[in-house]
Amino acid sequence: MHRFLLAVLRRDLTLAARRRGDWLIAQFFFVMVASLFPLGVGPEPAMLVRIGPGVLWVAATLASLLSLARLFADDHHDGSLEHMVLSPEPTVLLVLGKSLAHWLIYGIPLLLVAPVLGVQFNLSWEAIRVLEISLLLGTPILSLLGGVGAALTLGLRGGGVLLTLLILPLYVPALIFGAGAVDGVMAGTGAEAQLSLLGAFLVLSLMIAPWIAAAALRVSLE
Amino acid sequence: MNLYTFASPAHFYTLAGRLIPWFAWGAGLFTLWGLYIGFFQAPTDFQQGEAYRIIFIHVPAAWMSMFIYLVMAFWGAIGLAFNTRLSFMMARALAPTGAMFTFIALWSGAFWGKPMWGAWWVWDARLTSELILLFLYVGIIALWAAIDDIRRGDRAGSLLTLIGAINVPIIYFSVKWWNTLHQGSSINLMKAPSMAKTMLLGMLVLAIAAWLYTIAVALVRVRRIILERERQSEWVKAILAKES
Repeated sequence: MHRFLLAVLRRDLTLAARRRGDWLIAQFFFVMVASLFPLGVGPEPAMLVRIGPGVLWVAATLASLLSLARLFADDHHDGSLEHMVLSPEPTVLLVLGKSLAHWLIYGIPLLLVAPVLGVQFNLSWEAIRVLEISLLLGTPILSLLGGVGAALTLGLRGGGVLLTLLILPLYVPALIFGAGAVDGVMAGTGAEAQLSLLGAFLVLSLMIAPWIAAAALRVSLE
Repeated sequence: MNLYTFASPAHFYTLAGRLIPWFAWGAGLFTLWGLYIGFFQAPTDFQQGEAYRIIFIHVPAAWMSMFIYLVMAFWGAIGLAFNTRLSFMMARALAPTGAMFTFIALWSGAFWGKPMWGAWWVWDARLTSELILLFLYVGIIALWAAIDDIRRGDRAGSLLTLIGAINVPIIYFSVKWWNTLHQGSSINLMKAPSMAKTMLLGMLVLAIAAWLYTIAVALVRVRRIILERERQSEWVKAILAKES
């Protein structure tokens, strides 16, 4: 069981390492979306500090959605996905492995880029620290819930836009708790409450999302 | 003959055809009665004046919008668990009505908010979660529209409804802790109602009207879906031959 999970992880990571362009695009997308906001609302530092956490979190959700559309699509295209689903190993582990790989490939680099953007938005070091923790807890949620959407929209025309429509409402709690944690520490009320709720939401997603995504994958491949 | 007979589309088609007039007439009569109470009998509110009368549309619509989503999730779960065709058809038949009530709740809420709060829209917990509910409805309907294969569409839509149903309470509480301005619930089973008896009666009558309307419309829609999906079978051909 563990070996299958590790094999799925290693395979996806190897594939990503051989096509560096893909994950770099998602990171640049994150940077660009976040950089557009100061151009839109003006460069006053007080305003940027105020909107910074929310903007960075919204940009992170959009960046993850951008890459999620291809979570299963490539394997579906060359037929290997069907073989993996038909194998005796549980589909849940396949989905979990692919979601984890997605988080490692797209979520972790996001964590590395976010502090730089935080500095651009004039956030204090304390706020950046909490932003990092909230992204660390929150980005796996995006990958897990997104896996459900990717499985449901597999092979549909206009799948990418549809995926956005289906999954963005489900991201709302993660967005609220994640950006709220940073707001909390800036307002002096502390971030523990929101971070705990974010952690609880992560545990819940980890328990439910892979099963629904596995069922959706089987439905889509029938 | 037992209850399972009506899990067959052919039998349910006839049953629904007989039930529709009752629900439709019931909905019409209850609507008239409820509106009469709402506009002529209910007293003017002490604080909110006449504008509060939007409550008679707003609250039943908001109740229905949430309730229909749960019913859809219920039918989706039944369909996935027992592999019954009719449950998926019921889920599909309910979705447009649910989206419509969500929209009415938001729209009437905007018209109520303007005189009361001085703004068409505020980012308050209940408004926001109702808006997200509308997004969920739109997502499900869009997913159904995008999938041509009936079997796949049914199952995919039901899975999405289910994960949405798990998420709805979380969304509600997350948004509630985020910001709240909306007045508290006027109706609470634990306390005595904080409104006049006639107002409560009018609202309940209109809520029943909304229920009857939903059932009637869903039955009409499910009959169409049955005809469309079973068009290759003999009994549908016989019906169509008779009608044309």
